[in-house]
Amino acid sequence: MLPLTVPFFATIGLAIVGYLLARRRALSVASGDIRVLNALPHQHGLNTALSTLLPPLAVMLIWALAVRIGASRDLVLAPQNPAFTYIALIGLSVTGFVLSLLRISRDFRARNASERWIMALLIFASTIAILTTVGIVLSMVTETYSFFGQYDWRDFFFSTTWSPNFRGGSDLGIIPLIWGTLYISFIALVLAVPVGLFAAVYLSEYASPRMRSIAKPLIEVLAGIPTIVYGLFALVTVGPLLRDYFAAPMGLGQSASSVMTAGLVMGIMLIPFVSSLSDDIINAVPQAMRDGSLGLGATKSETIRQVVVPAALPGIVGAVLLAASRAIGETMIVVLGAGAAARLSLNPFEAMTTVTVKIVSQLTGDTDFASPETLVAFALGLTLFVITLGLNVVALFIVRKYREQYE
Amino acid sequence: MSASKHGSLLQTDPHTKKRNAAEKRFRMYGLSAIAIALIALVILLVSIISNGASSFRQTYLSFPVTINAAEIEAAESALLKTGAYNKIIQTSLLTYLTENDLLQDIPEEDAFGMISDEAGATFREFILANPEAAGTSFQLNLLANGRIDGYFKGRVTAQTALLDKNVTPAQLVMADRLAEQGALVKRFNWAFFTNPDASDQRPEAAGLGVAILGSFYMMAVVLFLALPIGVAASIYLEEFARKSWITDVIEVNIANLAAVPSIVYGILGLAIFINFAELNQSSPLVGGLVLTLMTLPTIIISTRASLKSIPPSIRDAALGVGASKMQSVFHHVLPLAAPGILTGTIIGLAQALGETAPLLLIGMVAFVKEYPAAWSPDAGLFGEASTALPVQVFNWTQRSDPAFVERASGAIITLLIFLLIMNALAIFLRKKFERRW
Repeated sequence: MLPLTVPFFATIGLAIVGYLLARRRALSVASGDIRVLNALPHQHGLNTALSTLLPPLAVMLIWALAVRIGASRDLVLAPQNPAFTYIALIGLSVTGFVLSLLRISRDFRARNASERWIMALLIFASTIAILTTVGIVLSMVTETYSFFGQYDWRDFFFSTTWSPNFRGGSDLGIIPLIWGTLYISFIALVLAVPVGLFAAVYLSEYASPRMRSIAKPLIEVLAGIPTIVYGLFALVTVGPLLRDYFAAPMGLGQSASSVMTAGLVMGIMLIPFVSSLSDDIINAVPQAMRDGSLGLGATKSETIRQVVVPAALPGIVGAVLLAASRAIGETMIVVLGAGAAARLSLNPFEAMTTVTVKIVSQLTGDTDFASPETLVAFALGLTLFVITLGLNVVALFIVRKYREQYE
Repeated sequence: MSASKHGSLLQTDPHTKKRNAAEKRFRMYGLSAIAIALIALVILLVSIISNGASSFRQTYLSFPVTINAAEIEAAESALLKTGAYNKIIQTSLLTYLTENDLLQDIPEEDAFGMISDEAGATFREFILANPEAAGTSFQLNLLANGRIDGYFKGRVTAQTALLDKNVTPAQLVMADRLAEQGALVKRFNWAFFTNPDASDQRPEAAGLGVAILGSFYMMAVVLFLALPIGVAASIYLEEFARKSWITDVIEVNIANLAAVPSIVYGILGLAIFINFAELNQSSPLVGGLVLTLMTLPTIIISTRASLKSIPPSIRDAALGVGASKMQSVFHHVLPLAAPGILTGTIIGLAQALGETAPLLLIGMVAFVKEYPAAWSPDAGLFGEASTALPVQVFNWTQRSDPAFVERASGAIITLLIFLLIMNALAIFLRKKFERRW
């Protein structure tokens, strides 16, 4: 690690001193009459403070990053003597301090100069979103690459058994996990899409304003509940209920955690998601289309079925795709509700497992980051990322395109 | 067409009847969809509350204890200090039981087993905090064993006690006698909010203290990082960026990041913050950083919406009197957009507070009994191991003792109350400061 604490606080201290000094100096340059200054004293102060602060901070950031990357490649980029770091960073800070103080004059446009620094900060902040994506992709791609160096990619994608064994000789086929994920998501969508859609139709077409103002926020409460709550609900209430009243009497299984449990609870979680997205989309359908249909003698439900929903269909499809991507990436409900056994089966009352469950189980506890049993989690994560990204991109594209249609 | 086919206008023909019936059915579908959603909400809340409400009350055993200075000294020099204190508690309990003739046919071991294993440590803390108690007799409140507590909450019955090796029916009989005597009482469970987690065998002593503190630290990190970065990014994208492919990429990127599964952020945190940057595992700092990246898109999207809602006339007026673009934004647009930004931030924070999956991957599932310090010389800022509220819930669901289900539900109620407060605050702010232009 670089010894950065001392330069960091020294720089901040210097910046504060710089602010005060620059303000004083601007006033003295103007000989007390700020009307002759091109910029206000505090803008001079701000410019000096930022000139003192930002370049060393940027260098610290880049340097720390370089040292880290160097360390992972066995290069030593950090100087042996911390004094070098101190001198370099504080020197940079003092340079900015002195230069910006020297530039203070009656004609110096300190406002523009300080705003250039602020602009740099704003641009940096907005690149963090990009850096996050780059970080996600890089971290997963590098680890996945080293996973495929140890484990054949064909076995990963096409093997139908998942039985990790930390002593080696594991079978790490993704197919049972994908199957469990899709099966659970399918059940969730079978519940959430009709319920959400009908709720949205009713709320936007039939409900009185009063009912709408009560029911809509209540449904949206479901969206604000953390997924761990749904997980516990699945584990403690829904799972035993399904086992005792459905699975066991029908002879379909004895397990409380099952595809059905996770699917139903996830369906409840997705209802508000589907309904509020569809609600927006249905409301965007122009009133003239409804009026036309009603004027021809269609009933309200006929109008909805034959005019409003078809017009809103692309948007609804987008909403469903977004909900599907949610379902596929959901973790806590399946960790607590679906079970841990990787299985390829059609029986919805059997415990199965998903990609996200296995990411959690392979990465929690004491893990050895060289073994394929741990690294496989990154390959699973990348697969998940690619699937959900694909769904999101398509869905966002459809929704956006649709929105423009009636604007 | 004959008149007989159409009949009177006052009489609906079969086709219209069919259409009207279809209309009615359609309405019913809509109503039942809403009913399903609301019933699901009610069942969810009722199930959590009925499971968890009892965790806010805890059974305590209170009886007079005597200890003298010599005994304290002996206990403090013993190898197992809490064990020595346990002995003293047991002697006092035995005296109390024989004095009131409660023991009768019940074996002594059973009576001792009713006190929580945590009692020795509690007693020791009490003595160290109140050294003047030595040599006197005083009333001591000790946690009852989890099974005894379960008996008073209906979780344990004489039947289950027969099958359970952690409790005997005789203990339940004794519990009834003690309750009659007023020595076994249920009290409000403050310890639930202040105690750290306890081991598998002591559900009665498990609390949320560390988890609440850890969640609080993480929220501080998120607030401190996500708010300024999110606002700065939104200002740039909304006010300054010219339309180009770069800003397009950033925008699509942010929309996608908002929909990336949260567990992917956990993988990111593990790979970047723990493996690459070598920050401490399980630390609130790493948790906060991961949650910051996760909430950034939410904050950016809501901040941009509230910046967009400020009419251009405000900017134009500022520019007209000589403000620079930057000044118009920072002096006028931003203060006007502040309520909206704040609301969005609180909602983002609420989302982060309930998030579990990414925290599991960065090691916050570890068993933590020490309160993490905000700063320590070894671990740095927010660097000490900690847990978080939702992760503590997950942790407790993984334990075998059913008493932990009660604890987990109680923890969820606590979490939901926090979320309720945050959301209510957001709604209040919006209502109070919302301005339509």
